[in-house]
Amino acid sequence: MKTTKEKILHIVENGYLGVILVFLYAPILTMMALSFNSSKSRAQWGGFTLEWYAQMFDSASITSALYNTLYIALMSALIATVIGTAAAIGMNSMKRTPRAVLTSLGNIPMLNAEIVTGISLMLGFIAFGITLGRTTILLGHITFNLPYVVLSVMPKLKQTNKSTYEAAMDLGASPVYAFFKVVFPDILPGVLSGFLLAFTMSLDDFIITHFTKGSGVNTLSTLIYSEVRRGIKPSMYALSTIIFVTVLALLIVANFAPGKKKSEAAA
Amino acid sequence: MSRKMLAGPYIIWVVGFTVIPLLLIVYYGLTTASGAFTLNNVTAIAQPEHAKALGLALLLSLISTVVCLLLAFPLAMILRNRGVGRGSFVVFLFILPMWMNFLLRTLAWQTLLEKNGVINGILGFLHLPKIAIINTPAAIVLGMVYNFLPFMVLPLYNVLCKIDDNTINAARDLGANFFQTLIRVWIPLSVPGIISGITMVFVPALTTFVISNLLGGSKILLIGNVIEQEFTRSSNWNLGSGLSLVLMVFILISMMLVEKYDKNGEGTAF
Repeated sequence: MKTTKEKILHIVENGYLGVILVFLYAPILTMMALSFNSSKSRAQWGGFTLEWYAQMFDSASITSALYNTLYIALMSALIATVIGTAAAIGMNSMKRTPRAVLTSLGNIPMLNAEIVTGISLMLGFIAFGITLGRTTILLGHITFNLPYVVLSVMPKLKQTNKSTYEAAMDLGASPVYAFFKVVFPDILPGVLSGFLLAFTMSLDDFIITHFTKGSGVNTLSTLIYSEVRRGIKPSMYALSTIIFVTVLALLIVANFAPGKKKSEAAA
Repeated sequence: MSRKMLAGPYIIWVVGFTVIPLLLIVYYGLTTASGAFTLNNVTAIAQPEHAKALGLALLLSLISTVVCLLLAFPLAMILRNRGVGRGSFVVFLFILPMWMNFLLRTLAWQTLLEKNGVINGILGFLHLPKIAIINTPAAIVLGMVYNFLPFMVLPLYNVLCKIDDNTINAARDLGANFFQTLIRVWIPLSVPGIISGITMVFVPALTTFVISNLLGGSKILLIGNVIEQEFTRSSNWNLGSGLSLVLMVFILISMMLVEKYDKNGEGTAF
Protein backbone atom coordinates (compact mmCIF):
# COMPACT_ATOMS: atom_id res chain seq x y z
CA MET A 1 0.00 0.00 0.00
CA LYS A 2 1.68 3.14 -1.16
CA THR A 3 0.59 6.61 -0.26
CA THR A 4 0.43 9.31 -2.91
CA LYS A 5 3.46 10.92 -1.33
CA GLU A 6 5.49 7.75 -1.72
CA LYS A 7 4.37 7.39 -5.33
CA ILE A 8 5.49 10.92 -6.12
CA LEU A 9 8.79 10.30 -4.39
CA HIS A 10 9.24 7.15 -6.45
CA ILE A 11 8.65 9.08 -9.68
CA VAL A 12 11.08 11.82 -8.64
CA GLU A 13 13.69 9.18 -7.80
CA ASN A 14 13.24 7.44 -11.14
CA GLY A 15 13.51 10.79 -12.88
CA TYR A 16 16.78 11.49 -11.09
CA LEU A 17 18.22 8.08 -11.99
CA GLY A 18 17.11 8.70 -15.57
CA VAL A 19 18.78 12.11 -15.82
CA ILE A 20 22.08 10.72 -14.50
CA LEU A 21 21.89 7.78 -16.91
CA VAL A 22 21.35 10.16 -19.84
CA PHE A 23 24.34 12.21 -18.67
CA LEU A 24 26.47 9.06 -18.42
CA TYR A 25 25.43 7.46 -21.68
CA ALA A 26 24.74 10.39 -24.04
CA PRO A 27 28.40 10.73 -25.09
CA ILE A 28 28.86 7.00 -25.57
CA LEU A 29 25.70 6.62 -27.63
CA THR A 30 26.59 9.68 -29.69
CA MET A 31 29.93 8.17 -30.62
CA MET A 32 28.26 4.92 -31.57
CA ALA A 33 25.81 6.76 -33.81
CA LEU A 34 28.60 8.81 -35.42
CA SER A 35 30.59 5.66 -36.18
CA PHE A 36 27.85 4.71 -38.68
CA ASN A 37 27.37 8.22 -40.04
CA SER A 38 28.48 8.60 -43.67
CA SER A 39 28.65 12.38 -43.37
CA LYS A 40 31.95 13.58 -41.94
CA SER A 41 30.17 16.46 -40.23
CA ARG A 42 29.41 15.74 -36.62
CA ALA A 43 26.14 17.63 -36.58
CA GLN A 44 24.53 16.02 -39.63
CA TRP A 45 23.28 12.54 -40.37
CA GLY A 46 24.35 11.57 -43.87
CA GLY A 47 23.14 7.99 -43.96
CA PHE A 48 24.36 4.62 -42.73
CA THR A 49 27.84 3.39 -43.59
CA LEU A 50 30.40 0.81 -42.46
CA GLU A 51 33.20 2.67 -44.24
CA TRP A 52 34.86 3.83 -41.01
CA TYR A 53 35.02 0.28 -39.70
CA ALA A 54 36.74 -0.87 -42.88
CA GLN A 55 39.13 2.08 -42.66
CA MET A 56 39.90 1.20 -39.05
CA PHE A 57 40.86 -2.40 -39.81
CA ASP A 58 43.00 -1.26 -42.74
CA SER A 59 45.00 1.09 -40.59
CA ALA A 60 48.35 -0.43 -39.59
CA SER A 61 48.76 2.02 -36.71
CA ILE A 62 45.43 0.99 -35.16
CA THR A 63 46.05 -2.74 -35.46
CA SER A 64 49.55 -2.50 -33.99
CA ALA A 65 48.28 -0.29 -31.15
CA LEU A 66 45.52 -2.82 -30.48
CA TYR A 67 48.08 -5.62 -30.38
CA ASN A 68 50.33 -3.65 -27.98
CA THR A 69 47.39 -2.82 -25.73
CA LEU A 70 46.26 -6.43 -25.42
CA TYR A 71 49.81 -7.74 -25.02
CA ILE A 72 50.62 -5.27 -22.24
CA ALA A 73 47.28 -5.75 -20.47
CA LEU A 74 47.58 -9.54 -20.50
CA MET A 75 51.26 -9.75 -19.58
CA SER A 76 51.12 -7.07 -16.88
CA ALA A 77 48.02 -8.64 -15.33
CA LEU A 78 49.60 -12.12 -15.36
CA ILE A 79 52.93 -11.03 -13.89
CA ALA A 80 51.27 -8.77 -11.31
CA THR A 81 48.95 -11.62 -10.30
CA VAL A 82 51.84 -14.03 -9.72
CA ILE A 83 54.04 -11.56 -7.82
CA GLY A 84 51.08 -10.05 -5.97
CA THR A 85 49.59 -13.36 -4.84
CA ALA A 86 52.98 -14.57 -3.60
CA ALA A 87 53.43 -11.23 -1.85
CA ALA A 88 50.05 -11.48 -0.11
CA ILE A 89 50.95 -14.94 1.21
CA GLY A 90 54.36 -13.77 2.39
CA MET A 91 52.95 -10.62 3.97
CA ASN A 92 50.29 -12.62 5.76
CA SER A 93 52.96 -14.39 7.79
CA MET A 94 54.93 -11.22 8.52
CA LYS A 95 54.92 -9.38 11.81
CA ARG A 96 52.62 -6.41 12.12
CA THR A 97 55.08 -3.53 11.65
CA PRO A 98 56.95 -4.78 8.55
CA ARG A 99 53.62 -5.76 7.03
CA ALA A 100 52.15 -2.30 7.64
CA VAL A 101 55.25 -0.61 6.16
CA LEU A 102 55.19 -2.82 3.06
CA THR A 103 51.44 -2.29 2.62
CA SER A 104 51.79 1.49 2.78
CA LEU A 105 54.73 1.58 0.38
CA GLY A 106 53.04 -0.87 -1.97
CA ASN A 107 49.83 1.16 -2.07
CA ILE A 108 51.62 4.31 -3.21
CA PRO A 109 51.01 3.78 -6.95
CA MET A 110 47.30 3.31 -6.25
CA LEU A 111 46.91 6.46 -4.16
CA ASN A 112 49.41 8.75 -5.81
CA ALA A 113 48.46 10.93 -8.75
CA GLU A 114 49.08 9.06 -11.98
CA ILE A 115 51.08 11.92 -13.44
CA VAL A 116 53.56 11.68 -10.54
CA THR A 117 53.82 7.89 -10.86
CA GLY A 118 54.35 8.24 -14.59
CA ILE A 119 57.04 10.89 -14.24
CA SER A 120 58.84 9.01 -11.47
CA LEU A 121 58.94 5.81 -13.53
CA MET A 122 60.21 7.71 -16.56
CA LEU A 123 63.00 9.30 -14.48
CA GLY A 124 63.80 5.88 -13.01
CA PHE A 125 64.08 4.15 -16.37
CA ILE A 126 66.25 6.89 -17.78
CA ALA A 127 68.47 7.01 -14.67
CA PHE A 128 69.15 3.28 -14.98
CA GLY A 129 69.77 3.51 -18.70
CA ILE A 130 66.70 1.51 -19.74
CA THR A 131 65.53 2.64 -23.20
CA LEU A 132 61.88 3.64 -23.24
CA GLY A 133 59.82 1.27 -25.36
CA ARG A 134 57.17 -1.37 -25.02
CA THR A 135 58.95 -3.13 -22.15
CA THR A 136 59.03 0.03 -20.04
CA ILE A 137 55.25 0.40 -20.51
CA LEU A 138 54.88 -3.20 -19.35
CA LEU A 139 57.04 -2.59 -16.26
CA GLY A 140 55.05 0.55 -15.46
CA HIS A 141 51.74 -1.28 -15.76
CA ILE A 142 52.92 -4.12 -13.51
CA THR A 143 53.87 -1.49 -10.93
CA PHE A 144 50.41 0.07 -10.72
CA ASN A 145 48.64 -3.31 -11.05
CA LEU A 146 50.43 -4.93 -8.11
CA PRO A 147 48.60 -3.18 -5.23
CA TYR A 148 45.22 -4.08 -6.75
CA VAL A 149 46.18 -7.76 -6.84
CA VAL A 150 47.52 -7.70 -3.26
CA LEU A 151 44.35 -5.89 -2.15
CA SER A 152 42.11 -8.49 -3.80
CA VAL A 153 43.97 -11.54 -2.48
CA MET A 154 44.62 -10.36 1.09
CA PRO A 155 41.03 -10.48 2.42
CA LYS A 156 40.50 -14.01 1.02
CA LEU A 157 43.75 -15.11 2.62
CA LYS A 158 42.66 -13.77 5.99
CA GLN A 159 39.45 -15.78 5.76
CA THR A 160 41.20 -19.09 5.17
CA ASN A 161 41.36 -21.50 8.04
CA LYS A 162 44.93 -22.09 9.12
CA SER A 163 44.21 -25.49 10.64
CA THR A 164 43.19 -27.09 7.34
CA TYR A 165 46.62 -26.24 5.95
CA GLU A 166 48.29 -27.61 9.08
CA ALA A 167 46.11 -30.71 8.92
CA ALA A 168 47.25 -31.35 5.35
CA MET A 169 50.87 -31.02 6.49
CA ASP A 170 50.24 -33.40 9.41
CA LEU A 171 48.86 -35.92 6.97
CA GLY A 172 52.15 -35.80 5.11
CA ALA A 173 51.56 -33.21 2.37
CA SER A 174 54.54 -31.08 1.42
CA PRO A 175 54.05 -27.34 2.00
CA VAL A 176 53.74 -26.70 -1.73
CA TYR A 177 51.28 -29.55 -2.24
CA ALA A 178 49.26 -28.48 0.81
CA PHE A 179 49.17 -24.93 -0.49
CA PHE A 180 47.85 -25.80 -3.92
CA LYS A 181 45.40 -28.40 -2.61
CA VAL A 182 44.10 -26.56 0.44
CA VAL A 183 44.82 -22.82 0.47
CA PHE A 184 44.79 -21.97 -3.23
CA PRO A 185 41.19 -23.06 -3.94
CA ASP A 186 40.07 -20.79 -1.11
CA ILE A 187 41.85 -17.69 -2.38
CA LEU A 188 41.20 -18.37 -6.08
CA PRO A 189 38.24 -15.92 -6.31
CA GLY A 190 40.48 -13.15 -4.95
CA VAL A 191 43.28 -14.06 -7.35
CA LEU A 192 40.89 -14.02 -10.31
CA SER A 193 39.28 -10.72 -9.40
CA GLY A 194 42.75 -9.25 -8.88
CA PHE A 195 43.73 -10.44 -12.34
CA LEU A 196 40.61 -8.99 -13.96
CA LEU A 197 40.99 -5.70 -12.14
CA ALA A 198 44.64 -5.48 -13.22
CA PHE A 199 43.73 -6.36 -16.80
CA THR A 200 41.05 -3.66 -17.06
CA MET A 201 43.20 -1.05 -15.31
CA SER A 202 45.97 -1.71 -17.79
CA LEU A 203 43.60 -1.57 -20.79
CA ASP A 204 42.29 1.78 -19.65
CA ASP A 205 45.56 3.43 -18.69
CA PHE A 206 46.75 6.45 -20.55
CA ILE A 207 48.81 8.68 -18.26
CA ILE A 208 51.46 6.20 -17.12
CA THR A 209 51.76 4.81 -20.66
CA HIS A 210 52.19 8.36 -21.96
CA PHE A 211 55.28 8.92 -19.81
CA THR A 212 56.86 5.46 -20.02
CA LYS A 213 56.46 4.76 -23.75
CA GLY A 214 59.23 5.16 -26.27
CA SER A 215 58.64 7.04 -29.49
CA GLY A 216 56.94 4.99 -32.16
CA VAL A 217 55.28 2.63 -29.67
CA ASN A 218 51.58 3.23 -29.15
CA THR A 219 48.76 1.67 -27.21
CA LEU A 220 45.20 2.50 -28.17
CA SER A 221 45.06 5.26 -25.55
CA THR A 222 48.21 7.03 -26.71
CA LEU A 223 47.19 6.59 -30.34
CA ILE A 224 43.82 8.21 -29.65
CA TYR A 225 45.55 11.06 -27.84
CA SER A 226 47.85 11.81 -30.73
CA GLU A 227 44.99 11.51 -33.25
CA VAL A 228 42.75 13.84 -31.26
CA ARG A 229 45.34 16.57 -31.48
CA ARG A 230 45.39 16.26 -35.26
CA GLY A 231 41.59 16.21 -35.49
CA ILE A 232 39.18 13.40 -34.84
CA LYS A 233 38.72 10.89 -37.62
CA PRO A 234 35.49 8.92 -37.86
CA SER A 235 37.49 5.68 -37.69
CA MET A 236 38.17 6.62 -34.04
CA TYR A 237 34.44 6.45 -33.38
CA ALA A 238 34.35 3.01 -34.95
CA LEU A 239 37.21 1.94 -32.70
CA SER A 240 35.46 3.39 -29.63
CA THR A 241 32.28 1.53 -30.46
CA ILE A 242 34.11 -1.77 -30.81
CA ILE A 243 35.98 -1.24 -27.54
CA PHE A 244 32.80 -0.31 -25.71
CA VAL A 245 30.86 -3.32 -26.98
CA THR A 246 33.78 -5.63 -26.12
CA VAL A 247 34.13 -4.24 -22.60
CA LEU A 248 30.36 -4.44 -22.13
CA ALA A 249 30.32 -8.09 -23.21
CA LEU A 250 33.28 -8.97 -20.95
CA LEU A 251 31.73 -7.24 -17.95
CA ILE A 252 28.33 -8.85 -18.47
CA VAL A 253 29.99 -12.26 -18.65
CA ALA A 254 32.09 -11.52 -15.56
CA ASN A 255 29.17 -10.14 -13.52
CA PHE A 256 26.15 -12.08 -14.62
CA ALA A 257 27.54 -15.39 -15.82
CA PRO A 258 25.37 -18.35 -14.82
CA GLY A 259 26.51 -19.82 -11.55
CA LYS A 260 26.73 -16.43 -9.96
CA LYS A 261 23.90 -15.67 -7.63
CA LYS A 262 21.03 -14.08 -9.54
CA SER A 263 20.01 -10.78 -8.06
CA GLU A 264 16.57 -9.26 -8.02
CA ALA A 265 17.74 -6.72 -10.54
CA ALA A 266 14.79 -6.58 -12.89
CA ALA A 267 13.78 -3.13 -11.66
CA MET B 1 60.40 -18.76 7.89
CA SER B 2 60.50 -19.39 4.18
CA ARG B 3 56.95 -18.16 3.66
CA LYS B 4 57.95 -14.57 4.18
CA MET B 5 60.40 -14.98 1.29
CA LEU B 6 57.41 -15.14 -1.05
CA ALA B 7 57.05 -11.40 -0.56
CA GLY B 8 60.65 -10.96 -1.78
CA PRO B 9 59.91 -10.18 -5.43
CA TYR B 10 57.23 -7.72 -4.34
CA ILE B 11 59.62 -5.96 -1.95
CA ILE B 12 62.22 -5.66 -4.70
CA TRP B 13 59.54 -4.37 -7.08
CA VAL B 14 58.21 -1.79 -4.63
CA VAL B 15 61.71 -0.52 -3.87
CA GLY B 16 62.86 -0.52 -7.49
CA PHE B 17 59.76 0.83 -9.20
CA THR B 18 58.07 2.93 -6.54
CA VAL B 19 60.46 4.11 -3.85
CA ILE B 20 63.58 4.82 -5.92
CA PRO B 21 61.67 6.59 -8.73
CA LEU B 22 59.92 8.81 -6.16
CA LEU B 23 63.27 9.64 -4.57
CA LEU B 24 64.49 10.58 -8.04
CA ILE B 25 61.69 13.17 -8.28
CA VAL B 26 62.87 14.58 -4.96
CA TYR B 27 66.46 14.60 -6.24
CA TYR B 28 65.61 16.29 -9.54
CA GLY B 29 63.25 18.71 -7.80
CA LEU B 30 65.95 19.92 -5.42
CA THR B 31 68.86 20.22 -7.84
CA THR B 32 69.84 22.30 -10.84
CA ALA B 33 70.60 20.83 -14.25
CA SER B 34 74.25 20.56 -13.20
CA GLY B 35 73.40 18.76 -9.96
CA ALA B 36 73.83 21.56 -7.40
CA PHE B 37 71.30 21.90 -4.58
CA THR B 38 68.60 24.51 -5.11
CA LEU B 39 65.09 25.34 -3.97
CA ASN B 40 64.32 27.35 -7.10
CA ASN B 41 62.37 24.55 -8.76
CA VAL B 42 60.00 24.36 -5.80
CA THR B 43 59.67 28.10 -5.23
CA ALA B 44 58.97 28.45 -8.97
CA ILE B 45 55.38 27.67 -8.02
CA ALA B 46 55.13 31.31 -6.89
CA GLN B 47 55.81 32.57 -10.40
CA PRO B 48 52.59 34.10 -11.75
CA GLU B 49 52.00 31.61 -14.56
CA HIS B 50 52.60 28.58 -12.30
CA ALA B 51 50.62 30.00 -9.39
CA LYS B 52 47.76 30.74 -11.76
CA ALA B 53 47.81 27.17 -13.11
CA LEU B 54 47.81 25.70 -9.60
CA GLY B 55 45.08 28.07 -8.42
CA LEU B 56 42.86 27.26 -11.39
CA ALA B 57 43.46 23.52 -10.95
CA LEU B 58 42.55 23.77 -7.26
CA LEU B 59 39.43 25.79 -8.03
CA LEU B 60 38.16 23.55 -10.84
CA SER B 61 38.89 20.32 -8.99
CA LEU B 62 37.15 21.62 -5.84
CA ILE B 63 34.08 22.60 -7.86
CA SER B 64 34.07 19.19 -9.57
CA THR B 65 34.41 17.37 -6.27
CA VAL B 66 31.49 19.27 -4.74
CA VAL B 67 29.33 18.71 -7.84
CA CYS B 68 30.20 14.99 -7.82
CA LEU B 69 29.32 14.71 -4.14
CA LEU B 70 26.00 16.52 -4.61
CA LEU B 71 25.09 14.34 -7.58
CA ALA B 72 26.34 11.06 -6.13
CA PHE B 73 24.88 11.19 -2.62
CA PRO B 74 21.20 11.14 -3.65
CA LEU B 75 22.06 8.60 -6.34
CA ALA B 76 23.76 6.27 -3.86
CA MET B 77 20.85 6.74 -1.42
CA ILE B 78 18.26 5.85 -4.03
CA LEU B 79 20.22 2.80 -5.17
CA ARG B 80 20.67 1.66 -1.57
CA ASN B 81 17.00 2.16 -0.69
CA ARG B 82 15.94 0.15 -3.69
CA GLY B 83 17.90 -2.67 -2.06
CA VAL B 84 19.01 -3.94 -5.44
CA GLY B 85 22.26 -5.39 -4.12
CA ARG B 86 25.83 -4.85 -5.11
CA GLY B 87 26.00 -7.09 -8.12
CA SER B 88 22.71 -5.94 -9.58
CA PHE B 89 22.23 -4.69 -13.10
CA VAL B 90 21.08 -1.23 -12.01
CA VAL B 91 24.28 -0.59 -10.04
CA PHE B 92 26.23 -2.07 -12.92
CA LEU B 93 24.68 0.50 -15.27
CA PHE B 94 26.08 3.36 -13.22
CA ILE B 95 29.55 1.85 -13.00
CA LEU B 96 29.85 0.71 -16.61
CA PRO B 97 30.97 4.04 -18.14
CA MET B 98 33.96 3.91 -15.80
CA TRP B 99 35.29 0.96 -17.78
CA MET B 100 35.04 2.84 -21.05
CA ASN B 101 38.42 4.15 -22.11
CA PHE B 102 39.08 7.42 -20.31
CA LEU B 103 40.28 9.21 -23.43
CA LEU B 104 37.33 8.06 -25.47
CA ARG B 105 34.89 9.38 -22.88
CA THR B 106 36.56 12.77 -22.93
CA LEU B 107 36.77 12.70 -26.71
CA ALA B 108 33.03 12.03 -26.79
CA TRP B 109 32.34 15.21 -24.82
CA GLN B 110 34.52 17.16 -27.19
CA THR B 111 32.34 15.89 -30.02
CA LEU B 112 29.18 16.84 -28.18
CA LEU B 113 30.25 20.29 -27.09
CA GLU B 114 32.15 21.54 -30.14
CA LYS B 115 31.07 24.67 -31.96
CA ASN B 116 29.78 22.56 -34.85
CA GLY B 117 29.21 19.58 -32.59
CA VAL B 118 26.23 17.42 -31.84
CA ILE B 119 24.57 19.55 -29.15
CA ASN B 120 24.79 22.71 -31.24
CA GLY B 121 23.53 20.75 -34.25
CA ILE B 122 20.44 19.74 -32.29
CA LEU B 123 19.98 23.22 -30.84
CA GLY B 124 20.32 24.75 -34.32
CA PHE B 125 17.75 22.31 -35.70
CA LEU B 126 15.33 23.42 -32.99
CA HIS B 127 16.16 27.09 -33.69
CA LEU B 128 17.50 27.53 -30.17
CA PRO B 129 20.54 29.66 -29.27
CA LYS B 130 23.81 27.75 -29.49
CA ILE B 131 26.06 27.05 -26.53
CA ALA B 132 29.72 27.97 -26.46
CA ILE B 133 31.28 26.19 -23.50
CA ILE B 134 34.00 24.22 -25.31
CA ASN B 135 37.46 25.60 -24.46
CA THR B 136 36.15 27.23 -21.27
CA PRO B 137 36.73 26.20 -17.65
CA ALA B 138 33.08 25.06 -17.55
CA ALA B 139 33.83 22.38 -20.13
CA ILE B 140 36.77 21.18 -18.02
CA VAL B 141 34.55 20.91 -14.94
CA LEU B 142 31.98 18.99 -16.98
CA GLY B 143 34.69 16.60 -18.17
CA MET B 144 35.99 16.09 -14.63
CA VAL B 145 32.51 15.43 -13.22
CA TYR B 146 31.72 13.02 -16.03
CA ASN B 147 34.96 11.09 -15.72
CA PHE B 148 35.19 10.87 -11.95
CA LEU B 149 31.52 10.61 -10.89
CA PRO B 150 31.65 6.78 -10.60
CA PHE B 151 34.61 7.13 -8.19
CA MET B 152 32.28 9.07 -5.88
CA VAL B 153 29.24 6.84 -6.37
CA LEU B 154 31.01 3.55 -5.58
CA PRO B 155 32.46 4.31 -2.12
CA LEU B 156 29.28 6.16 -1.10
CA TYR B 157 27.10 3.29 -2.23
CA ASN B 158 29.32 0.82 -0.37
CA VAL B 159 29.11 2.64 2.98
CA LEU B 160 25.39 3.39 2.61
CA CYS B 161 24.69 -0.31 2.03
CA LYS B 162 26.26 -1.07 5.40
CA ILE B 163 23.80 1.19 7.26
CA ASP B 164 21.23 -0.98 9.05
CA ASP B 165 17.62 -0.24 8.08
CA ASN B 166 16.76 -0.40 11.79
CA THR B 167 18.98 2.60 12.51
CA ILE B 168 17.02 4.69 10.04
CA ASN B 169 13.67 3.37 11.20
CA ALA B 170 14.66 4.13 14.79
CA ALA B 171 15.40 7.74 13.86
CA ARG B 172 12.03 7.98 12.12
CA ASP B 173 10.21 6.36 15.08
CA LEU B 174 11.77 8.89 17.39
CA GLY B 175 10.20 11.62 15.29
CA ALA B 176 13.04 12.75 13.06
CA ASN B 177 11.92 14.09 9.70
CA PHE B 178 13.75 13.42 6.44
CA PHE B 179 16.31 16.22 6.81
CA GLN B 180 17.03 15.41 10.45
CA THR B 181 17.61 11.76 9.52
CA LEU B 182 19.84 12.88 6.67
CA ILE B 183 21.97 15.13 8.83
CA ARG B 184 22.01 13.08 12.02
CA VAL B 185 22.10 9.52 10.62
CA TRP B 186 22.86 9.18 6.90
CA ILE B 187 25.70 11.67 6.61
CA PRO B 188 27.60 10.84 9.84
CA LEU B 189 27.49 7.13 9.03
CA SER B 190 28.79 7.68 5.51
CA VAL B 191 31.82 9.83 6.43
CA PRO B 192 34.39 7.13 5.44
CA GLY B 193 32.77 6.85 2.01
CA ILE B 194 32.48 10.61 1.60
CA ILE B 195 36.16 11.15 2.43
CA SER B 196 37.29 8.30 0.23
CA GLY B 197 35.09 9.55 -2.63
CA ILE B 198 36.38 13.10 -2.23
CA THR B 199 40.01 12.02 -2.56
CA MET B 200 39.22 9.66 -5.41
CA VAL B 201 37.73 12.59 -7.33
CA PHE B 202 39.92 15.42 -6.08
CA VAL B 203 43.38 13.90 -6.69
CA PRO B 204 42.86 12.89 -10.34
CA ALA B 205 40.95 16.13 -11.05
CA LEU B 206 43.68 18.30 -9.52
CA THR B 207 46.44 16.58 -11.46
CA THR B 208 44.77 16.03 -14.81
CA PHE B 209 46.27 17.31 -18.00
CA VAL B 210 44.22 15.30 -20.45
CA ILE B 211 40.78 16.74 -19.68
CA SER B 212 42.06 20.30 -19.75
CA ASN B 213 43.91 19.58 -22.97
CA LEU B 214 40.94 18.06 -24.80
CA LEU B 215 38.11 20.21 -23.46
CA GLY B 216 39.89 23.40 -22.45
CA GLY B 217 41.76 24.03 -25.67
CA SER B 218 45.42 24.90 -25.51
CA LYS B 219 44.95 28.22 -23.76
CA ILE B 220 43.76 27.05 -20.35
CA LEU B 221 46.68 25.54 -18.45
CA LEU B 222 46.25 23.58 -15.25
CA ILE B 223 49.20 22.59 -13.07
CA GLY B 224 49.09 19.12 -14.67
CA ASN B 225 49.54 20.64 -18.12
CA VAL B 226 52.49 22.73 -16.93
CA ILE B 227 54.25 19.68 -15.45
CA GLU B 228 53.50 17.51 -18.46
CA GLN B 229 54.95 20.15 -20.79
CA GLU B 230 58.11 20.46 -18.73
CA PHE B 231 58.72 16.75 -19.24
CA THR B 232 57.57 16.21 -22.81
CA ARG B 233 58.23 19.53 -24.56
CA SER B 234 60.59 21.81 -22.68
CA SER B 235 62.54 18.92 -21.14
CA ASN B 236 63.21 20.88 -17.97
CA TRP B 237 62.98 17.86 -15.69
CA ASN B 238 64.25 19.75 -12.66
CA LEU B 239 61.49 22.34 -12.85
CA GLY B 240 58.88 19.66 -13.62
CA SER B 241 60.02 17.62 -10.61
CA GLY B 242 60.01 20.67 -8.35
CA LEU B 243 56.43 21.50 -9.31
CA SER B 244 55.47 17.82 -8.84
CA LEU B 245 56.80 18.03 -5.28
CA VAL B 246 54.42 20.92 -4.63
CA LEU B 247 51.59 18.88 -6.12
CA MET B 248 52.49 15.93 -3.90
CA VAL B 249 51.86 18.05 -0.81
CA PHE B 250 48.17 18.21 -1.76
CA ILE B 251 48.10 14.48 -2.50
CA LEU B 252 49.67 13.74 0.89
CA ILE B 253 47.10 15.91 2.67
CA SER B 254 44.24 14.01 1.06
CA MET B 255 45.89 10.65 1.82
CA MET B 256 46.20 11.67 5.47
CA LEU B 257 42.50 12.60 5.52
CA VAL B 258 41.59 9.12 4.31
CA GLU B 259 43.92 7.58 6.87
CA LYS B 260 42.17 9.56 9.60
CA TYR B 261 38.53 9.02 8.66
CA ASP B 262 38.57 5.71 6.85
CA LYS B 263 40.86 3.60 9.01
CA ASN B 264 39.28 0.27 8.17
CA GLY B 265 39.11 0.90 4.46
CA GLU B 266 35.30 0.79 4.63
CA GLY B 267 34.93 3.38 1.95
CA THR B 268 37.17 1.76 -0.63
CA ALA B 269 35.66 1.40 -4.02
CA PHE B 270 37.04 -2.00 -4.86
